[in-house]
Amino acid sequence: MTFLHFAVLAPFLFAVLVPFLFKYIRKIHTGWFVLFVPLILFIYFLSFISVTSDGRDELQRMEWVPSLGINFDLYVDGLSLLFALLITGIGTLVILYSIFYLAGKKERLNHFYVYILLFMGAMLGVVLSDNIIVLYVFWEITSISSALLISYWYSKKASVYGAQKSMYITVFGGLSMLGGFSLLYVMAGTFSIREMVGNADVILGHDLFLAAMILVLLGAFTKSAQFPFHIWLPDAMEAPTPVSAYLHSATMVKAGIYLVARMTPVFAGGAEWFWIITSFGIFTMLWGAVSAVRQKDLKAILAFSTVSQLGMIMSLLGAGSAAFYYMDGDNALYTTAILAAIFHLINHATFKGSLFMVAGIVDHETGTRDIRKLGGLMTIMPVTATISFIGLAAMAGLPPFNGFLSKELFFTGITNVVQYDMWNGDTIGMILPVVAWIASIFTFAYSAIIFFRTFRGKFKPEALPVKKVHEAPAGLLISPIVLAVAVLLISIFPNMLAYTIIEPAMMSILPGILSEGSAFYVDIYHWHGINLELMMTAGAVALGIVVYITMDKWSKLGIYQRERDIMTAAYDNGYDLLIKGSQILTRAQMTGMLRDYLVYMLLFIVGIMFYTMFRFEGFHFGMDNASDIDIFMYFILGALVITVLLLPKVNNRMTAIILAGFAGFLVAFIFTVFRAPDLALTQLMVETVSVLLFMAVFYHLPNLTKDDITPLTKTINIVIAGLAGLMVTLVSISAFTFGQTTSLAAISEYYIENSKILAGGYNMVNVVLVDFRGLDTMLELLVLGIAALGVVSLIKLKVRESDDV
Amino acid sequence: MIKEPNDMMFRVFIRMIAIIVVTFSIYLFFSGHNAPGGGFIGGLMSAIAILVIYLVFGIDRIKAALPFNYTYMMSIGLLLAVSTGIISWIAGYPYLKQFFDYFQLPFFGEVELTTALIFDLGVYLLVVGAAMTFILTIVEDDS
Repeated sequence: MTFLHFAVLAPFLFAVLVPFLFKYIRKIHTGWFVLFVPLILFIYFLSFISVTSDGRDELQRMEWVPSLGINFDLYVDGLSLLFALLITGIGTLVILYSIFYLAGKKERLNHFYVYILLFMGAMLGVVLSDNIIVLYVFWEITSISSALLISYWYSKKASVYGAQKSMYITVFGGLSMLGGFSLLYVMAGTFSIREMVGNADVILGHDLFLAAMILVLLGAFTKSAQFPFHIWLPDAMEAPTPVSAYLHSATMVKAGIYLVARMTPVFAGGAEWFWIITSFGIFTMLWGAVSAVRQKDLKAILAFSTVSQLGMIMSLLGAGSAAFYYMDGDNALYTTAILAAIFHLINHATFKGSLFMVAGIVDHETGTRDIRKLGGLMTIMPVTATISFIGLAAMAGLPPFNGFLSKELFFTGITNVVQYDMWNGDTIGMILPVVAWIASIFTFAYSAIIFFRTFRGKFKPEALPVKKVHEAPAGLLISPIVLAVAVLLISIFPNMLAYTIIEPAMMSILPGILSEGSAFYVDIYHWHGINLELMMTAGAVALGIVVYITMDKWSKLGIYQRERDIMTAAYDNGYDLLIKGSQILTRAQMTGMLRDYLVYMLLFIVGIMFYTMFRFEGFHFGMDNASDIDIFMYFILGALVITVLLLPKVNNRMTAIILAGFAGFLVAFIFTVFRAPDLALTQLMVETVSVLLFMAVFYHLPNLTKDDITPLTKTINIVIAGLAGLMVTLVSISAFTFGQTTSLAAISEYYIENSKILAGGYNMVNVVLVDFRGLDTMLELLVLGIAALGVVSLIKLKVRESDDV
Repeated sequence: MIKEPNDMMFRVFIRMIAIIVVTFSIYLFFSGHNAPGGGFIGGLMSAIAILVIYLVFGIDRIKAALPFNYTYMMSIGLLLAVSTGIISWIAGYPYLKQFFDYFQLPFFGEVELTTALIFDLGVYLLVVGAAMTFILTIVEDDS
């Protein structure tokens, strides 16, 4: 347990305090306390820059389940540090923003900040874990906290819908990823990512390589909203805006990017990695950009824009991963793409974060986010308009903003693909730059739509829910201003991050690419001369203007009216089918009759036991060394058999209870004969309690009635019951014979010898219960407790007919 | 359930029987380490004693005489069982390691004290609580 471990767990620990802070210190907004967590962590992680910028890394180990190779190992290198700084840095700003955004008296801040802190800790865990199982656990916590945050205003139907959708899609991906991780473990024999990177050639040659890769990519693609899994992101916009800015643009959706970057050294040796990621990424970029233009809600435009930008970063990572495929190739050809990916990741976090916050401000001050109602806010909200202009210009890729710089690098990286051997440069490879360019046109267009439809045009106060529209309070503006300043700083001094952040991150995505002793050298500058990239930008801007100007014309087309993504329809139908299918399945087997459930269970147990016994040749029959049976045992057993056979014939409930009790007491008697006093006592107690229970509820029970079951069902039930009895008998005899014929020592010998020495008790049964196998007992207690609570909730809280389920 | 219990003999005897049963259950609980018995059996037997009283005197009387919240009793039992394990864990031993030693107590003479007894007390409480919760919930249900 080092300080680094504490840093990852700190948000979780602080989350425990939040409800108390909320309850007892109502005067101060809970957010002010929470603010310190990301702020301190941010400063703490800044101190790691000195480590990573020297090309070093730091590994802090802590054992968790060492016997399974699962350890809580934290690993800080350039890539994880970049993400940790993003998580804590943007986190600080978002929490500051949320203090003013969620200022209402009725907001349930305790929920909000607990979820946010859960998310923050989990996200730090994802990017810092070296062990993929630990990473997976944190990964799922981000999905859960994200769903909780989306449904923060849970009385709205759309919130719950969005939360469910994001949960289903990301957890589906997460589970696939767990499968992929298991396959990786099978191949590499380790859960540690660093050791997998070392074994990359073993993994590459393995039969399971492709399966593991696709499963891991499913996790990354669902999380990072790649086509066709992107549909959850627009619906996630039902969350409060601070959440959208934090989770759904700056951090959580980049977890998939992180995973792809992290796994690049493991998988990129295969060509499939390159073309799957690049093609999905570039298609997502286009799809997102085209969809964004159709949206009328500010946040929906930003959501699809995020989808598009994530696709762009993804495609860059794909293009750059080819460096591993051509280990001897021209480095700059591939590494430019990785550089562009990292640089754009940072830029996107800054400008998209500020844009989401601005959208939140507009919503907060005017009461709507519909661009058809908004307009002319520039004079009323000058600061907000300025911030959004900076953010939008960066997003559209206008010089000299940072978005322009990364977009130029993006064009370079993606046009380089044409020169790769694996693509026929003049044919298929040309598609990538062309698609990227078309997407850029729409990127410019939707950026223009946001700015001009919100801040320019005619002010329409009659359409707005809020009557007196004015500039946002200073507190709301601080965070977006900080981000806008960051955009400007990066735009003017793009190289200020080159040495400290970008180069170390490139080192960790592309280990072993460089020859010994050399380092990546990053120099980002504005003017490259008039080259292809600049022409592409100019063309995108020009055509983007055309798209915007002709908006009045094409917005009348049918396609503009269809806001919902067509993939959403597929999701909805699939969801309905799933519900209907499972209802049919459930109704077919859930009859409400205890007898039927017993049949299922017995069939399963009998089947699996017989299969196992035959499969492993477990049957042994031989009655040597068996002791003689006393005469009175025949009487007891005979009485037991007669009682049991009589039971089904009885029509009177009282008689049935007495008979069942009699059988139980006979069993207790058998235990006594075989010198098992504890068992006998327990059996006696249980029988007594059951009989007492029956007596207590006797008046409530209906009379036994003859069930109208067919003779066929009856026969089947008799056969199943007979098989169950036969199985138990055969297994017992086999166990006895096996014990006699082999020289294996019985496990009881250990307890006989040690119960007095190690646990100080003569009663072996009890010593086993409370000491040797104490954990089992404790979990059984838990089960008993849960069962009791289950009875309470079934009976006391049962659903009345009028209740809505 | 007996609506208007008026059986005098039954009522008198059941009080005595219940006391004997409870006493015996406590004996079973303490003797568990070295002789048949233990928390589970002792707990069930105590539950039987309470149930027998309940059958004769009805639910209102029993609630007035023994005002336990059986759900709380369950959670206290579970907490006891869990916390004995945690103590040994904090002390650096494996979770749920039990300790025992022999002490010379006045009046009792040499007595063996074990941490397992505390664990077993947890079992006892949970079993009483769970059994009573099961039965009282079912019995009280009037719909």
